[in-house]
Amino acid sequence: MTMELLEIVNNKLKEHFAGDIESAEQLYDYPVFTVNKDKVHDILKFLKEDEELNFHFLTDLCGMQTADEKQLGVIYHLHNMPKNYRIRLKTFFDINKPEVATATDLWPAANWMERETYDFFGVKFKGHPNLKRILNVDEMDIFPLRKEYPLEDQGRTDKNDSMFGR
Amino acid sequence: MSKKETTYSVNQEVIEEKEYSTLNLGPTHPATHGIFQNVLKMDGEIIHDAVPTIGYIHRAFEKLAERRPYAQITPITDRLNYCSSPINNMGWYMTVEKLLKAEIPKRAQYHRVIIMELSRIADHIICNSVIGVDTGAMTGFLYIFQWREKIYEIFEEICGARLTTNIGRIGGFDKEWSKKAWDLIDTFLKEYPKGLTEFSNLLERNKIFMDRTVNCGPISAERALAYSFVGPNLRAAGVDYDVRVMNPYSSYEDFTFTVPVGTQGDTYDRFMVRQHEMWQSLSIIEQAIKKMPAGAMHADLPDFFLPPKEQVYNNMEALIYHFKIVMGETDIPKGEVYHCVEGGNGELGFYLISDGGRTPFRLHFRRPCFIYYQAYPEMIKGIMLSDAILTMSSMNVIAGELDA
Repeated sequence: MTMELLEIVNNKLKEHFAGDIESAEQLYDYPVFTVNKDKVHDILKFLKEDEELNFHFLTDLCGMQTADEKQLGVIYHLHNMPKNYRIRLKTFFDINKPEVATATDLWPAANWMERETYDFFGVKFKGHPNLKRILNVDEMDIFPLRKEYPLEDQGRTDKNDSMFGR
Repeated sequence: MSKKETTYSVNQEVIEEKEYSTLNLGPTHPATHGIFQNVLKMDGEIIHDAVPTIGYIHRAFEKLAERRPYAQITPITDRLNYCSSPINNMGWYMTVEKLLKAEIPKRAQYHRVIIMELSRIADHIICNSVIGVDTGAMTGFLYIFQWREKIYEIFEEICGARLTTNIGRIGGFDKEWSKKAWDLIDTFLKEYPKGLTEFSNLLERNKIFMDRTVNCGPISAERALAYSFVGPNLRAAGVDYDVRVMNPYSSYEDFTFTVPVGTQGDTYDRFMVRQHEMWQSLSIIEQAIKKMPAGAMHADLPDFFLPPKEQVYNNMEALIYHFKIVMGETDIPKGEVYHCVEGGNGELGFYLISDGGRTPFRLHFRRPCFIYYQAYPEMIKGIMLSDAILTMSSMNVIAGELDA
């Protein structure tokens, strides 16, 4: 069933957004689409409003940083409850210009999730009504989930872990 | 607000504009059961607007998880929704197992179902009895809380801990449950229906309770879906979405149970949905015990189960495995999974990206509380302060899950 879903959504997206779908693959039980960041709002709107697909439920929205630390990403998990379709949508952009359109006009639920993503990764959601920190203190001047802020001081000398391969 | 339209006598001061008073509810207000701050804009006792501030007990779980071996992330999940820790533990294990493509024996899956349903009952006991307390009915709370204690005794017998359980392992359970644990479960199943009936009789058709809860803090199905409500709160609004039915995990497809739904989405419906879910959970546990298959208690995952002590002392491979497990040096394959379970508050999701190695590259928790608590200002607009307190407790907002 899941492979069929990948095809159904992929065909629909290809039809309307031919050049903006960067990849479509099946990862475990989820069809995953990577899309152009400039078109992500249009694609979300299309997925939500299309009669057949009707992804009316925003399950999750979160950020991530790529392994090369040069790009940030936003990941959307969408759900169509009556048909039980679930897909994941990803979009990546440069870490120095982390801007992407907001989804708050489509789902009010995106409000806090986008604030959380801004709080931890510094992704600026254009058009968000109240984009400020949510879990961390307002005075914080870093984006703590970025890989450039390691959890433990890498320069520690009082602890030798070399025999454990670290 | 509009200007007052009444005519005034000459010596009376004319109030041109209505003034609102600001009330700071929280962060540590005894009525909110947790650390929630709401700056309320009040007109007398009517709430016009609320600005919630969250994050008071933020503990950076997602960042911590990036430095921890997979087995050591389980104690972090305990502290999300600490009213039903075992569900979080099991959800995390299933996420890793999905990544490992591990086959879990039916026997372990059934044991998981029992432990998850027990913790669902514990979670709902807390929520529903606290709704009672907020309406002024302390009695129900005092009587039903002894059953939560009995459930915690079962957890204690199985894993040694009561609240933050860290129960089981990736792949199943470390050992068979003791006879005492089964006896405790049997006693619970026999006696809890009496306690729950007593509690239902006290509140369900109680005139005072209904006057306080019916039509208090309602939300429509459309708004609930737009705000990504899940679990009992969404079902109270009339949407029959339950992860256990929609995407069965851990053999939930083997059991027969109904998904209770409400119609109004108000406090009373949320209360009733949870009441009925407790009965369904009891029935699921009974079915699981009746159908309990024979077999192993855990999957064949030597990377996560300590070898027997005799082998560790006499066998080189076992000794290596022992150290690798204790030091958390187990490599996990590359991959990306999302797995969700029906937690006490609804769809609890784990989005895990692994780039190989001993720790996750990125782990995101989909915390139902965090997502639906943002609807709170909308739900309490225009209602009384005391009803707002009631609405919050009926939404079962757990600070640990809210703030991660």
